[in-house]
Amino acid sequence: MSANEYVVRTKDVAKEFIMGDQVLRALDGVQLDIRRGEYISIMGPSGSGKSTLFNMVGGLDKPTEGSVFINDVDMAQLDAHELAYLRCRTIGYIFQTFNLIPVMTALENCTLPMIFAGTPTEEANEKGIALLKMVGLGERLFHKPTELSGGQQQRVAIARSFANDPAIILADEPTGNLDLKTGKEIITLLKRLNKERGVTIISATHDLKMVDVSDRVVWIRDGKIERIEERADLDLKVGQMEGEE
Amino acid sequence: MNNTTANANVGRQVQLPLRKAFEISLKSIRIRFWRSMITAGGIMLGIAFLASVLSTALVQAQMPDAAMDAKALQAAQNRQTWLVIMSLLVCTVGITNSMLMSVTERYKEIGTMKCLGALDSFVVELFILESGLLGVIASFIGWFIGAGMILLLAMSSHGAAIVAKIGFLPILGTLGISMVVGVGLTMIATIAPAIRAAKMPPAMALRAEI
Repeated sequence: MSANEYVVRTKDVAKEFIMGDQVLRALDGVQLDIRRGEYISIMGPSGSGKSTLFNMVGGLDKPTEGSVFINDVDMAQLDAHELAYLRCRTIGYIFQTFNLIPVMTALENCTLPMIFAGTPTEEANEKGIALLKMVGLGERLFHKPTELSGGQQQRVAIARSFANDPAIILADEPTGNLDLKTGKEIITLLKRLNKERGVTIISATHDLKMVDVSDRVVWIRDGKIERIEERADLDLKVGQMEGEE
Repeated sequence: MNNTTANANVGRQVQLPLRKAFEISLKSIRIRFWRSMITAGGIMLGIAFLASVLSTALVQAQMPDAAMDAKALQAAQNRQTWLVIMSLLVCTVGITNSMLMSVTERYKEIGTMKCLGALDSFVVELFILESGLLGVIASFIGWFIGAGMILLLAMSSHGAAIVAKIGFLPILGTLGISMVVGVGLTMIATIAPAIRAAKMPPAMALRAEI
């Protein structure tokens, strides 16, 4: 099925924010097709509309104009129950600030999406343990987020995002709050999971280390797609950037 | 592609059983124990005052106070009604403030839960359960302190017989009123901010800086 080649498609997406009596057009006619199993980075300076686009793609916010399709389903047509279902099972979210629930242990955080999906507790726990082992936190199951380092918290968040075997992982600046080394580890982990599990990873970032592992990089400026670079063009650039460091 | 076929591969999220919500709320209270206790403290004080006023009325009704004429009795009752209304007002403001803060400081948590697939109704349920639990505990302790103090005082000055004279049922009645008022006010004060938070698009809830 050719329609199924793309897991996310946006059609003329525009988003306006009203700031007092001014209208701010954060996105302006964005057209983006994301292939299944792709590792794609959305890059751009802050205020470029990068996060806004990211929120549209993830069903976290509604576009003012245009439509977003996930697996050929128009997000605007979904009611609250269907939207929650989609967020729960089709999309996994990773945030810059980790966003673990502070009152829950690593394992409980990890099983929460499964509980929302109606998975029996025992089955959810088993899978949660497996996922935490997958990200290298098999020894930290019962630690609270405050007892974990930033990198470890992000690993829990990654494990959590895989809870319901989503088709898409959305990562919003996943390395933004981490030091260089830990950031690299997180990127390597994401790439590994992308390859092993064939999950589509969409990440909004301005971390150039991300470019390294991306299949495509989308550059956003002033609410529009400036250019899209394929893997082949990227290899050359990364070489140059590492030279600068 | 039309909508019916387009939506065929998206199911509908199910409502979680109440037990799960109850578990999560209980955990929230336990973890934020001291914070919860301060919130509960406000409710408790308000209800203690209410319970003491109600019990005083009960004790006074048993006094063979011949000296007090009908006019003075009326004035005393008016004063008491006024006191109860004032105490409830103070109580409501305090509870609303506490619950409003406890909801707003958790916008991010609410946004995250929605990203993970929580329904709006589940988020609201969570907060109402949490506040309801706090309300039950605080109201009971408040009643125990307020009514207990007045009854002890009455017993010390008029002998233990006074309690028997008042009877078990009217005392239970003050507990009933205290519980209904305490739990009711707590839940009402939570509903508005909780619904507001749950209805926000997750992107906005996540962005909210408190």
